[in-house]
Amino acid sequence: MPGEASTVPPLVVDHATKAYPGRRRDTVVAVDDVSFTIAPGAAVSLVGASGSGKSTIAKMITGLEKPTSGMVTFGDLSVNALHGGGLRDYHHRVQMVFQDPYGALNPLHTVEYTLTRPCVNFLGMSARDAKQRADELLETVGLTPADQFAPKLPHQLSGGQRQRVVIARALACGPGLIVADEPVSMLDVSLRAGVLKLLANLRVDHGLSLLYITHDLLSARVVTDEILVLHGGRIVERGVTKDVLQHPKDAYTVELLDAVANPYADAPAAAPTAGPVATSTAGH
Amino acid sequence: MSLLSAREVNVAYLPSRGQRIWSVRDVDLDLDEGEFVGLVGESGCGKSTLGYALTRMLRPPARLESGRISFDGTDIATLTGEELRQQRRNGFALVLQSGMNALNPVRNVGHHFADILKAHAREGEQHSKEAMHERGAELLGKVELDAEVLDRYPHELSGGMRQRVAIALALALEPRLIVFDEPTTALDVVVQRAVMQTIKDLQREQKFTAVLISHDLGVVLEATQRVLVMYAGRIIEDQPSGDLLTGVHHPYTEALLGCYGDPRAETVELAGIPGSPPDLSLPLVGCAFEPRCPLGIEICREVVPPLAPLGRGRAACHVRAPSAAVVAVPEGATSAR
Repeated sequence: MPGEASTVPPLVVDHATKAYPGRRRDTVVAVDDVSFTIAPGAAVSLVGASGSGKSTIAKMITGLEKPTSGMVTFGDLSVNALHGGGLRDYHHRVQMVFQDPYGALNPLHTVEYTLTRPCVNFLGMSARDAKQRADELLETVGLTPADQFAPKLPHQLSGGQRQRVVIARALACGPGLIVADEPVSMLDVSLRAGVLKLLANLRVDHGLSLLYITHDLLSARVVTDEILVLHGGRIVERGVTKDVLQHPKDAYTVELLDAVANPYADAPAAAPTAGPVATSTAGH
Repeated sequence: MSLLSAREVNVAYLPSRGQRIWSVRDVDLDLDEGEFVGLVGESGCGKSTLGYALTRMLRPPARLESGRISFDGTDIATLTGEELRQQRRNGFALVLQSGMNALNPVRNVGHHFADILKAHAREGEQHSKEAMHERGAELLGKVELDAEVLDRYPHELSGGMRQRVAIALALALEPRLIVFDEPTTALDVVVQRAVMQTIKDLQREQKFTAVLISHDLGVVLEATQRVLVMYAGRIIEDQPSGDLLTGVHHPYTEALLGCYGDPRAETVELAGIPGSPPDLSLPLVGCAFEPRCPLGIEICREVVPPLAPLGRGRAACHVRAPSAAVVAVPEGATSAR
C-alpha cells in the first residue's frame, strides 16, 4: 500500500444523529447521538441486532448519508461537507466491504476487470500497471496463483473466494480505513475463519484502521480490540472487546451474548480434539 | 418402526450441457417417530437436496436417480400426481429458508392458509370463510402470532414474522414429518433464537418428526437429538447430539466444531477448514474429505469408507471408525482404481 499506511488519520464520529422521515409526520431516528473515534490502525467492532443503526453509521462514515446533526471527520476532513470530487478523493481513503459477495460483484466482469477498474479510474494507472497491481492484490488476499484467478467470473468462485475479491477491490486504492459490513455472515462457518484472519492480518500488515460491523460476537472478538454495542440507535456499552464480552454490563449485551449459538455452552470442558490447522488467535 | 426410511438414495442435477452433478450419494436414513434430527454440512454438500428428496419436492434439473424412500410403509419415491398430493395431508412438509420468498407478495397471509386448506380438502369437505379464518388464527397462535396477521401482506411483516408464518403454513395439514431447511439463517441472532425456540416447543408439543437442515452446527446441537453430518453428498457421521462434543469423531465433524468458540472465553481460537469440497460431477475415489484431512492414510485415497460403528453412532472414516469389511478386501479395492 504505497505511502498511505503510516498516515491514516483518526476517524471521529461526533454526536451524530440520523433521522429519516417516517410514515405520516413521524421521523424514525436510526442513529441517536452517537460518538466514537477510530484511532489510526485500530480495529473497532460495531455490534447490534438488525435495525439498531449499524449500517446507517457505516453510510455516514463512507459519506453515503449525511447526519441530520453532528459531524463525521477523518483527520481534518469534514466528511459531511464532501461532495463531487472531494467525496471521490475521500473514497480513495475509506473503502467499504459489503455483506453479500454475490451481489457486490458484477457477474459479467472477470476478477481482473473488477480489480483493475479502481486502479485505472482512481489511481490513473496504465493498463499494464493496473494488471500487475491486480495480481499483487490477489496475492495479498490469498487467491494464488493470481493468473489462475484473474480471468475467472464471479460464478466460478466460491463464496469465500468472492468475498476475498471484494476485499481485494477495497484495497485497490490503498485506503486508510476499511468499513466491513457483516463481511462473513453469508459465508459458511468453515470459510469464516479464513476471511476473518485475512482482515486481521491486513490491519497489522498494512496499518489499516478497521470498522467491523456485525451481529456475530464471536467474530467481533477475533477481529477487533474495541467494541461498541448499539441498541435502538444508541451506544449502550463500549470498551475493550474482551472485557465487554466477559463482563457485560448492559442487559442488551447479555441478550446478544446469550443468542450466540455455541455448541460448547453446556459443555465447558469439551473442546475439539483434533481441530486442523489455520488457527487464528485472539487472546489480548 | 421408523416413520421414514430411505435406502440408497441418489440425486443428480442434470444440466442442459455438461456433466451430471451427484448431489446426494447412496444415502441410507431412518427417522423414528417423534425424533428431532439435524442435518449439517457446508454449502453444496447436498443437505438441502436430500431434504427436498425426502419431501418429494425435487424439481428439474434435480432428479431422484435411484433409491427407495418409504414413508410410513408407502414408497413415496415413485408416487405421482393425486397419490402424492394425498400423502401431503398428514404426511410431510417442508419449511423453506427464506420466508420472504416462500410467500406470495400480492396475497395476504390468510389467503395462503385458505389456499392450502382448499387444495388439500378431503372429498366433500367444505371450508366456510369463517372456519378457514378460525383455523388460520389457530395455526398462527401456535407460532406466537396474532390473528390480525391474517390480514397482512408479506411486506408488512418482519423477517422473523414471515418465517413464523411459513412454519404455521407447514403445520396446516398436520404433517407427521417436517423438514426445516435453514429456517433461521436469514434472521438476526436474537430473532433466530426466538424462532428456534418456537420450533423446539412445537416439536415437543405436537410430537412430529423434524429434520433441521443448517450449516450452523451450534444451532443444530442446541435443538436436536441426533445429528447427521453430510460431506460431498454422503452422510459421513451419525451421532446422538449430546455425544458430539466428547470423544473422537469423523475428522470433518471435528473440523466443523473447530469453527466455533465462546466469545466470553479467556482466549478465542477460531479454526477454519482449509481447502474446498470436491467436484461433485466426478466419481468418488476413496474418502471425499481426504484432501483436506489431517489424518489421511493410504487406504483413504483408495476405498470409499462405509458408515461403521463409532461410539453410540456411526462414522465413515478409515482412521476413526475402521470397518472390518474394508480391511478384509484391500486388494480388490486397490485394483478397482
